[in-house]
Amino acid sequence: MDLTLQVWRQASRTAEGKFVTYEAKDISPDASFLEMLDVVNERLTERGEQPIHFEHDCREGICGSCGMMINGIAHGPAGGTATCQLHMRHFKHGDEIRVEPWRARAFPIIKDLMVDRSPLDMIIQAGGFISVNTGSAVEANTLLIPKAVQDRSMDAAACIQCGACVAQCPNGAAQLFTSAKVAHLGLLPQGQPERYERVVRMVEIMEEHFGSCTMYGECEAVCPKEISIDFIARMNRDYIAAKFKNRKSEANG
Amino acid sequence: MTAAAPATTNVRASWLLGFWHSAIGKKAVMAVTGIFLFVWIFLHMAGNLKVYIGPEHYNAYAGFLITMGAPLLPAKGALYAVRALLLIAVWLHIQAATQLTLMNRRARPVGYANRDYVSAGYAARTMRWGGVIIVLFVIYHLLHLTFGTVHPDFIEHDVYHNFVTGFQVWWVSAFYIVANLALGMHLYHGLWSMFNSLGLSHDRFNSWKRGFATVFALVVTLANISFPIAVLIGVLR
Ligand code: HEM
Ligand code: SF4
Ligand code: FES
Repeated sequence: MDLTLQVWRQASRTAEGKFVTYEAKDISPDASFLEMLDVVNERLTERGEQPIHFEHDCREGICGSCGMMINGIAHGPAGGTATCQLHMRHFKHGDEIRVEPWRARAFPIIKDLMVDRSPLDMIIQAGGFISVNTGSAVEANTLLIPKAVQDRSMDAAACIQCGACVAQCPNGAAQLFTSAKVAHLGLLPQGQPERYERVVRMVEIMEEHFGSCTMYGECEAVCPKEISIDFIARMNRDYIAAKFKNRKSEANG
Repeated sequence: MTAAAPATTNVRASWLLGFWHSAIGKKAVMAVTGIFLFVWIFLHMAGNLKVYIGPEHYNAYAGFLITMGAPLLPAKGALYAVRALLLIAVWLHIQAATQLTLMNRRARPVGYANRDYVSAGYAARTMRWGGVIIVLFVIYHLLHLTFGTVHPDFIEHDVYHNFVTGFQVWWVSAFYIVANLALGMHLYHGLWSMFNSLGLSHDRFNSWKRGFATVFALVVTLANISFPIAVLIGVLR
């Protein structure tokens, strides 16, 4: 199939960027979106031009590095898919495809389609962990966790930190990401001691960098791991509870 | 990675202010004030339905609002208390909406060349401008039927008369209808969104939220726009 691409090209963080049109001819419908870009890049390199920079690593939908806006939708039109798992059969011969980087104040463009997502790491550093003295692994059956709780926690833990939720959200909010990370630990017994402290710390950093939630639901719709916005409600609940609890915490009152 | 310092377990005198300073806190305030405004608007609508029973009933109801709370409270005492609460609620609601909107604009300084909406509906995307229409309408509405300032034929305490002659002007009725459609949209999204803002999520009732918001938005809107329509088509005169 033949396609016309309009790709955002920007040489560096501070350079002016612009859309450049490329013809992508003879693309296999079985190619992934990244493989299609590889083909385009190979031809660009042969012509002595700079290839289109984009981030990628696993190419199997688990590392979260490959996000881009494809025709105005994060990770493209397929839904529940990372860009690397999006196949060209979702497009038609002759289609025009516009490719843009994630756009958010928190995600400055490094080059072309590649952005710096480190504020997501900062949110994790603020509380996306449990504090334990690591020794040898604990015998697995000493802590029994109900199946339903495990499953729910696992649903949240599926987040690959790709940033599509932020990119798609009209408010540039990172609520889906943060709430998934809050819930993933907050649901499990190991996460209980720091549960309320964790949510407050993570939300504080989140609000420094990102927008606020108005329940558009756009994040959930594009999340490659189909994380539910119900986790956002859960995070709000824990945050509100944390603020009220801290007024007279168990330790102080 | 180091363990989190237990800073947040300190007693903080300013906890309420701290709560307000967070975006999640502001959103919770919007939800609580929104619920208050909704309950009020629902009662307002229900009370106005008395207009269909007849002029005497309707005017008697208006009289009741003045003496409400008697003899414990002076005339208009309860009325003014409710008005004060409404003013505070509207203020907080708008203040939070404005500040959060600015925060969200800052979060995306550069927009997309073309963006597609996958799930955000029209109601969700018009909360801000819809809200502005509602406030302009409320101001007009007060000047029109409460104070009579912009009413062509206002008779104090003959509420039924003011109602009917007010809506006989077609463009006034049209404005009421448009504004109440905007209110309906606002409630359609707001009554759903408030559950999440307050952290109310449970498998047992999550599937009811959408229906709840739809039904109440519809009831309030249909009843409210029925008033000008009833006057225009001559059912009320
Ligand atoms: C100028 C006036 C107003 C403005 C600018 C305004 C704006 C907003 C905005 C931006 C939201 C947040 C939407 C979201 O994040 O999902 C909202 C929510 C809401 N509004 Fe308003 N609004 C106004 C008046 C009203 C009135 C008069 C009512 C009630 C009759 C009302 C009821 C609600 C409710 C119930 C919510 C849900 C709260 C939540 O999402 O947590 N609003 N409003
Ligand atoms: S919540 Fe979904 S969209 Fe957001 S970072 Fe995680 S995987 Fe990506
Ligand atoms: S490259 Fe790893 S998720 Fe796409």
